[in-house]
Amino acid sequence: MPLTALGTRSGEVGVDRAPAVAVRGLVKTFPGGGKRPDVEAVRGIDLDVPAGELFGFLGPNGAGKSTTIKILCTLVRPTGGSAQVAGFDVVAQKDDVRRHIGLVFQETTLDGHLTAEQNLRFHAEIYGMAPADVAPRTAAVLDMVGLGDRRSAVVNTFSGGMKRRLEIARGLMHSPRVLFLDEPTIGLDPESRAGLWDYVDRLRAEEDITVFLTTHYMDEAERCDRIAIVDGGRIGALGSPAELKASIGHDRVRVATADDDAAEALVRERLGVETTRERGALVVLTPDGEQFVPRLFELGLTVRSVSVTRPSLDDVFLAYTGARLADRQAAAGPRAGRR
Amino acid sequence: MTTTLAPVRVAARGPRHELRAVKVVWLRELIRFRTDRGRIISSFAQPLLFLFVLGKGLGASIGAGTFGGIDYSTFLFPGVLATSVMFTAVFSAISLVWDRELGFLREMLVAPVSRTSIVLGKALGGATVATLQALVLLVLAGTVGVPYDPLMLGAVVVLLFVVAFAITSLGLLVAVRAQQIQTVMPRVQLLLAPLMFLSGAFFPVTGALPAWLHGLALVNPVTYGVDAVRRVVLHAVDGGPAAAAEVALRWGSWTVPVWLDVVVVAGVGGLLLAVSAWLFSRPE
Repeated sequence: MPLTALGTRSGEVGVDRAPAVAVRGLVKTFPGGGKRPDVEAVRGIDLDVPAGELFGFLGPNGAGKSTTIKILCTLVRPTGGSAQVAGFDVVAQKDDVRRHIGLVFQETTLDGHLTAEQNLRFHAEIYGMAPADVAPRTAAVLDMVGLGDRRSAVVNTFSGGMKRRLEIARGLMHSPRVLFLDEPTIGLDPESRAGLWDYVDRLRAEEDITVFLTTHYMDEAERCDRIAIVDGGRIGALGSPAELKASIGHDRVRVATADDDAAEALVRERLGVETTRERGALVVLTPDGEQFVPRLFELGLTVRSVSVTRPSLDDVFLAYTGARLADRQAAAGPRAGRR
Repeated sequence: MTTTLAPVRVAARGPRHELRAVKVVWLRELIRFRTDRGRIISSFAQPLLFLFVLGKGLGASIGAGTFGGIDYSTFLFPGVLATSVMFTAVFSAISLVWDRELGFLREMLVAPVSRTSIVLGKALGGATVATLQALVLLVLAGTVGVPYDPLMLGAVVVLLFVVAFAITSLGLLVAVRAQQIQTVMPRVQLLLAPLMFLSGAFFPVTGALPAWLHGLALVNPVTYGVDAVRRVVLHAVDGGPAAAAEVALRWGSWTVPVWLDVVVVAGVGGLLLAVSAWLFSRPE
C-alpha cells in the first residue's frame, strides 16, 4: 500500500498501520445546469487520518465539508483525485469501504415506525452480519448507549437524544473501523451531549476505532486529536488544537483604565503597539500577554482591570475562515451537497 | 457499567448476503403494513364503493345481457380485485420517496448491498402487502355470486400477486429518482386512473368498443391481469365458463390464453423493475 508512507508521521498514533482515511487531490464539481455556473464544492483536498485518531473536520456551511464526507462514505463520486477509507478505494471498492465504516448523520436515518431492536436488526441483515453475532451484538450496543430497556419501543416515541444514541449504536453494529459523526450533537440538550461524548470516549477506549467528526461546537472541537479547518473547498489549516492556537500567534490583553483615551495614546506612543477599543476597554494583541502586562503598569496608568486571554479555537476558526465557529445559523443558506 | 464489545464478522458480498438484504427489505414492508391500521382500513373504501355502489347500481340499470349472461357485479368482482391491488401496490412503491424524505433511505444506500436487491425487496414487499389486502376482499366473493372454491381462490391469489408485482415495479420506476412525495403523488394518480379505466375492469374490452379505446386497452398491461383474474373467477361460477369465453381478451379473432396473460404482466413487471433498478443504481 503506497499510501502508508505518506499517511503517517512518526510519533503519531498507528504508525505501523495504513491510515484510516487517506485523501489525495480530491475534487468535486457539481454541474450547474442551464445558465448556472458549476459548483466547485471541493477544490483539491489532501488529508491523512491515522488509525485511532479522533479527527475533527470544521468549516462554515458550504465549505465542502458535507461533500467530502459524502465522498468518503461512497455516497458521492469524486470528480478528481482519490480517497481511501480503511485501506479501500471509495470508488473502486465501494462495498469494502461500506462494510468498514459506521455513519451517524445530522438528519435521522432511523425508521420511526420500527422498534429500536428492529432498526438494529435491519442493519445487521443488510450488512450481512454473521447470524450468530446479531443477537449478542444488538444487546451489547443497546446496553452501551443505555437503551437496553427500550429495545422493544417504537423509535417515534424516543426523544432526540435517544434517537441519536440509537443511531450511534446502529453505526457500531458491524464493528466499523472508521465512525463518521456528522454534527452528532446538533439539536441535543447539554446533558444528552455530555452523555453522547461519554459513549464516544468509552468506545474509543474499548474498540480500535477512528472517529471522523464534524461539529460547530468549540468544546467538541477541543476534544479532537487533530482538526482540519475547511473553507472554500480547501483545507485552510490542519493540526492539533494547541498547534492551531499557537499558529494564531497572539494573546489578547484587555485593559480597562480610568481614562481610556489618554491610555490609548500613551500605550501607542510608548509601547508602539496597535490598540482597539471594546466596550469601555482597550484591547492589545501581542505574542506574549504575560510579559506585556508589567510593561503596561510601568506607564503609570490607573488600571481598573486587566485580563489576558489565550487564543481560542474560535479565534483560529475566525482567522482562517472569517466566520465564527458557533455562527452556523447566520451562514445557513441552502445546504451544500444536499441535492 | 462497562460493556465490552467483541468485534463481529461481516460477510463479503455474495448471493447469500444479497438474498438476506432482499428479505429484510421485504420484511420491513410487512412490519410497517401490519402496524399501519389506518392504511389497511382506508384502502377498503374504494373497492367497496366500486363493488356495491357501481356494481349493484349500474348492474340494475343495464341488465345482464352485456356480460355473457352473468350479473354485472359478478363480472365486476375480478376487476375490483385487480384494481384494489393496483392502488395498494403503487402506494407501497412510493413509500420509497417517504424513505428518502425521512432519511431511512440513506441507511439502505450506504449499506454494502447492490441497489437491485433493495429495489427487488421493495417490489416483493409491495406485492405481498397488496395481495394480503386483496385477501380480505376475497371474503366478499359470496355477496356477488362467486363461490368459495379453494382452487380458484388460490389461483386468484397468485395472479393478484403477479399484477401487484408489476404495478409496484411501475410505482418504483416513478419513485426511484423522485426527491419529494408532493411531486410523485400527482404523477402516480395521472398514471393509475387511465390504467384502471382502460383495463376492462369495469366493462368488457372485447365487444362493441370504439376502435381507439379497444386499441388503448390492448396496450395496457393491466388489461391482461384483469382478463386472467376474471377468467379464472368465472370458471368457478354457474354459467361462468360461457361468459368467460364471451368476454375473454382477443387479439383479432384469437383468444389470448390465460398463461399468456400472465406472461405479459410478469414480463412487463420484470422489465419495469429492471429499469427501476438501473436508474436507482446510477450515481446521483
